[in-house]
Amino acid sequence: MAEPLSLDKVQRVANLARLKLSTDELQAMTTQLGRILDYVDRLSELDTEDVAPMAHAVEVSNVFREDVVVDSLPRPEALKNAPKTDGRFFLVPQVIEH
Amino acid sequence: MDYTVIIGLEVHVQLLTKTKLYCGCANLFNPDNPNVQTCPVCLGLPGSLPVLNKRAVELAVRTGLALNLDISQYTKWDRKQYYYPDLPKNYQISQYDLPITHDGWLEIEVNADTGERKRVGIIRAHLEEDAGKNMHDERGRGDSQVDLNRAGTPLLEIVSKTDIRSAAEARKYLEELKLLLLYLGVSDCNMQEGSLRCDANVNLHVHTNDGHNIPTPITEIKNVNSFRNVELAITSEVERQFEEYKRTGKKLGDPGATKETRGFNAATGKTFAQRGKEEAHDYRYFPEPDLCPVTFTEEQIQAVRESLIEFPADRRTRMQAAYQISPYDAAVIVDQQTEFADFYETVAKGCGDGKQAANWMTQDVLREMNDRKLTIGTFPIRPEVLCAILKKINQGDITIKAGRDVFMALLEDASMGTDVIIDPERVDRIIAEKGLAIVKDTGAIEAAIAAAIAKNEKAVADFKSGKQAAVGKLIGEVMKQCKGADPQTVRTMLLETLAKA
Ligand SMILES: [Zn+2]
Repeated sequence: MAEPLSLDKVQRVANLARLKLSTDELQAMTTQLGRILDYVDRLSELDTEDVAPMAHAVEVSNVFREDVVVDSLPRPEALKNAPKTDGRFFLVPQVIEH
Repeated sequence: MDYTVIIGLEVHVQLLTKTKLYCGCANLFNPDNPNVQTCPVCLGLPGSLPVLNKRAVELAVRTGLALNLDISQYTKWDRKQYYYPDLPKNYQISQYDLPITHDGWLEIEVNADTGERKRVGIIRAHLEEDAGKNMHDERGRGDSQVDLNRAGTPLLEIVSKTDIRSAAEARKYLEELKLLLLYLGVSDCNMQEGSLRCDANVNLHVHTNDGHNIPTPITEIKNVNSFRNVELAITSEVERQFEEYKRTGKKLGDPGATKETRGFNAATGKTFAQRGKEEAHDYRYFPEPDLCPVTFTEEQIQAVRESLIEFPADRRTRMQAAYQISPYDAAVIVDQQTEFADFYETVAKGCGDGKQAANWMTQDVLREMNDRKLTIGTFPIRPEVLCAILKKINQGDITIKAGRDVFMALLEDASMGTDVIIDPERVDRIIAEKGLAIVKDTGAIEAAIAAAIAKNEKAVADFKSGKQAAVGKLIGEVMKQCKGADPQTVRTMLLETLAKA
């Protein structure tokens, strides 16, 4: 049985996903996520001794595209959904670096 | 107390594909026209699906084989999650546990005098997409501008083992890697345009006086923009870490001694701490559900292997033996890329004198190429023409100096922009026009000597009275008559004639 899911861990995952959760939401998420994990945990009851690990859920492989240029979006189309632009660039709040 | 330097390098190279890694947008450096090479896939719009670029996979395999890496028979892509404005999907499609290639090495020269070489291990080279470009307001105010032309373009990340033991070795490794990538045609390796980027992981193993080996905390030097600066940055970082260790005794694994990211200031020649991220990176990799895995058969890998051209290190060795040239000449020629080396080999084979051909290529051709801002492809004297000149020298038809005169005259022809065709016949014509042919007809020289003596009674008398210098005037007279004559031969014959007179 896996360790029970803690509030701290859910808070950390929420931070990584840039989600702001109220105390009530955090509590609810912890309970619900915990239930999902418990459910998934039941898989460990299966005997997988002689089963090769699966690296990918899709069984198709080698799907490629030829290296041929297709038309891109015109710039106004590309920028259309952005909250802020100067007509040439996407504009975003200054990211603190260095 | 001394120390051993431990360096590992991570190199990102932009692959020379026509399109991006997961969509058909052009893969083109185009900073003046931001956001014109994007589509729903590389903008990360909902509902779009990536499809892998076949060519990028081929280039990765080609590079892998050249770096002696194993090609994975089964490889897949994974999502690496982080938030940054130049990463529209909020995850990068990269490779985590099953990279396309792994476990190889690159051989570098560590001592130019002895020719001593060593192998630097390579852990893996994997295929991933690049991010866009984020431009900050210089004054630190206002919004940042984001250009997504580069977002989704193909990168190969090549991760070395920590086998590198000095800043100079790190530079050698980068130079050899760049040369190889250029040879393979997988990248243009243009550092200014960001086609080749390097991060260096550096620490020391301090050997204490009581016989212990203490590792210092590892730092990662990021975003250094030239090989020379990589070398300088590592040198200064090594000194800094040793001083820091002597001052604090802090070692790897101590509380608070986490991996630090540092930048390099070329003006001060020093590395500086970059503000640490508030939280440690937690990329939460998981398999990319939108891309299928790729498998290779042994036959496919063999087919790529057979299509590979000769690698620089092999070519240097082969050329040294085949043309009897020095390791130095072979290195200079091979370092100039395939086309130059091909040019050299054509000349060397054609004139039958590899050493002579190497001298001309590494001196005259290279100098004029650089002075006139030409490439070997646009150099007006083609291999068969240079070959014609060298043959004339070897056969004793013209002197080396006359050969140079012809060479320069041909370049003059080309720079005049006239419609003169620069071919072996043109070589013959210049030799004739300038009277550069060595006069082998001793009869003609004898006649000229007799004439010179008859015309310059005073000089002859001066010479006989012991003025050695007077002979120079006589030689000059003879040379004027027989332009192509070898001055040494004329001198000898003249002195013989004077002695008899
Ligand atoms: Zn695109």
